[in-house]
Amino acid sequence: MTRRIRVVIAKPGLDGHDRGAKVIARALRDAGMEVIYTGLRQTPEQIVAAALQEDADVIGLSILSGAHMHICPRLMELIRERKLDDVIVLVGGIIPDVDVPKLHAMGIAGVFLPGRPMQDIVDFINARVGDRAEVR
Amino acid sequence: MKSAPAAVTPPGVSGERPRSFTTISGRPVERLYTPGDLEGWRYDRDTPDPGDFPYTRGIHPTGYRGKLWTMRQFAGFGTPEETNERYKQLLAAGGTGLSVAFDLPTLMGRDPDHPYSLGEVGKCGVSIASLADMERLFDGIRLGDITTSMTINSPAPMIFAMYLVVAEQQGASWQTLSGTIQNDILKEFIAQKEYIFPPRPSMRLITDIFQFCAKEVPKWNTISVSGYHIREAGATALQELAFTLRDGIEYVQWGVDSGLDVDAFVPRISFFFNAHSDFFEEIAKYRAARKIWARVMRDRFGAKDERSWKLRFHTQTAGVSLTAQQPYNNVVRTALQALAAVLGGTNSLHTNSLDEALALPTAEAATLALRTQQVIASESGVTHIVDPLGGSYFLEKLTLDMESGAQQYFDTIDRMGGMVAAIEQGFPQREIAESAYRFQQAVESKDKIIVGVNGFVDENEAPVPILYIDDRAADAQMTRLHDVRAKRDAGRVAKALDDLRAAARGAENTMYPLLDCVRAYATVGEMCDALREVWGEWEEVPSI
Repeated sequence: MTRRIRVVIAKPGLDGHDRGAKVIARALRDAGMEVIYTGLRQTPEQIVAAALQEDADVIGLSILSGAHMHICPRLMELIRERKLDDVIVLVGGIIPDVDVPKLHAMGIAGVFLPGRPMQDIVDFINARVGDRAEVR
Repeated sequence: MKSAPAAVTPPGVSGERPRSFTTISGRPVERLYTPGDLEGWRYDRDTPDPGDFPYTRGIHPTGYRGKLWTMRQFAGFGTPEETNERYKQLLAAGGTGLSVAFDLPTLMGRDPDHPYSLGEVGKCGVSIASLADMERLFDGIRLGDITTSMTINSPAPMIFAMYLVVAEQQGASWQTLSGTIQNDILKEFIAQKEYIFPPRPSMRLITDIFQFCAKEVPKWNTISVSGYHIREAGATALQELAFTLRDGIEYVQWGVDSGLDVDAFVPRISFFFNAHSDFFEEIAKYRAARKIWARVMRDRFGAKDERSWKLRFHTQTAGVSLTAQQPYNNVVRTALQALAAVLGGTNSLHTNSLDEALALPTAEAATLALRTQQVIASESGVTHIVDPLGGSYFLEKLTLDMESGAQQYFDTIDRMGGMVAAIEQGFPQREIAESAYRFQQAVESKDKIIVGVNGFVDENEAPVPILYIDDRAADAQMTRLHDVRAKRDAGRVAKALDDLRAAARGAENTMYPLLDCVRAYATVGEMCDALREVWGEWEEVPSI
């Protein structure tokens, strides 16, 4: 039985600028992935619960407000608590350069800054979890 | 309603490059425009002299020869004290107006100690939780002598009430007080998504402000109907124009339905547009906006006061067009966009800073943005002539097409039962998401080139300095909040919040109980919670 890569796209925090989240969600869907968009203002708890329920391979977070250094540590802590270690977490948005290595250090697999082509994100996901898409 | 397919010139024809020629919105552009493109166009009816109905060429006969546009730069970050200091610097440098940026917890009606506020306090703007913060924000600034624009929407009545109480404390008269609250909830549902209550009670809060201001604060601009955020979310120029003006029509309709005479509140409605990168399309958008609004107010609503017909607008250059790559290129983009706004006759302008794709602007970047406006105003010569591009075959054709395209959207939305109904059905939201995706695809395929991003890329860029906001503001605001809660009269707060709930359930104007809440030092979060209890919260159905 073939299985498509499953991606939860989420917008944590209070910010409502969802253009990026929605464009990426559509690009991943057009690339053949199963995309679940959580909608706005999701807590790390809600996002991890959605990933668990949806049997996600990937969590994609869109953060533009500057709250990433609060949201990401909490989310990664929950991922470890729930033993979702095989889920990779990607962050896109406005992230100062100095924070990028810190995000990698806490276990975020990929950080995508403004202007990165959508295809880069598709390729990144395929490279990391593409093997899971075949047979299960 | 989809935009037309791109006009592709066959390779080799007339020596043109084999590519599509379209505006940034995807509108096909012909090689040349001639009198033949303006069939049915008449100078006296479509573009009479500036100052004459329907004001296509401008609302003032003298244009910028009489008065330049207001250079009003949006600012706010951290604690009220930090922002107060920035405002005093701006005023000392000759500014006569302020423009307040609030942080996300304030915009969403949450106190700094609410779990949702974690990591957001003071980050995107200044944190205001209670009257105590507002007193500090305007400490030493005479509110009777300046005008203030406040970018606040769902909690606009609470923040406005705080401003009024600070003015009262300073002895300023509400009758002469002037400024603007954005107070445009429809574009929040459509684009920016900073909403709290469902659409219908949100509209009631706005009509309460119309009623209140008509009587108590007659010089206040009660709403700034905003296309800016609609465009930033991905709308085309036409969608920005059509949805914004249709939002304006919706507010006027609700005001009239609440019993107000149209000319009693429409003159205090203003607009706020984006200045994006496609030069002529933007200028046509502003010209069409004035023309459409004048006709709609006169013919659809029967307005008789010409101040109701004249569309006044603020413009901000397109934040979404700025790139993190080669950020100094953003200075050039902003200058071209600002020039389009000026040639379109904007009444007020904010120019973005070069570092805004990276962070909030540094003081140096913000100064350069202001200097950009001053160079246009002082050196380019474009301010000597009113509507210098009027009569261009291309621009007049674009203006006519903008007008007819907007009318088609109006008809669609009217058939849906108005803008509130259209929003509830997700119509403008879907239209915008579709345009955003289409534009992104055009960038990926290099049909549209963005310098430094998908063309002319430089792998060895030097980083620019950016403003980094730490958590000290959050800690200070938390301490202040606990202090306010400990010192105030808890019984008086509870009573004021009860009165607010009662007004929300009934028909009494909510502004009066809100003023009592503010005077008792109730917080933004507490006032919004009281209304959440009565009206509930709006939740958008997520869709992609």
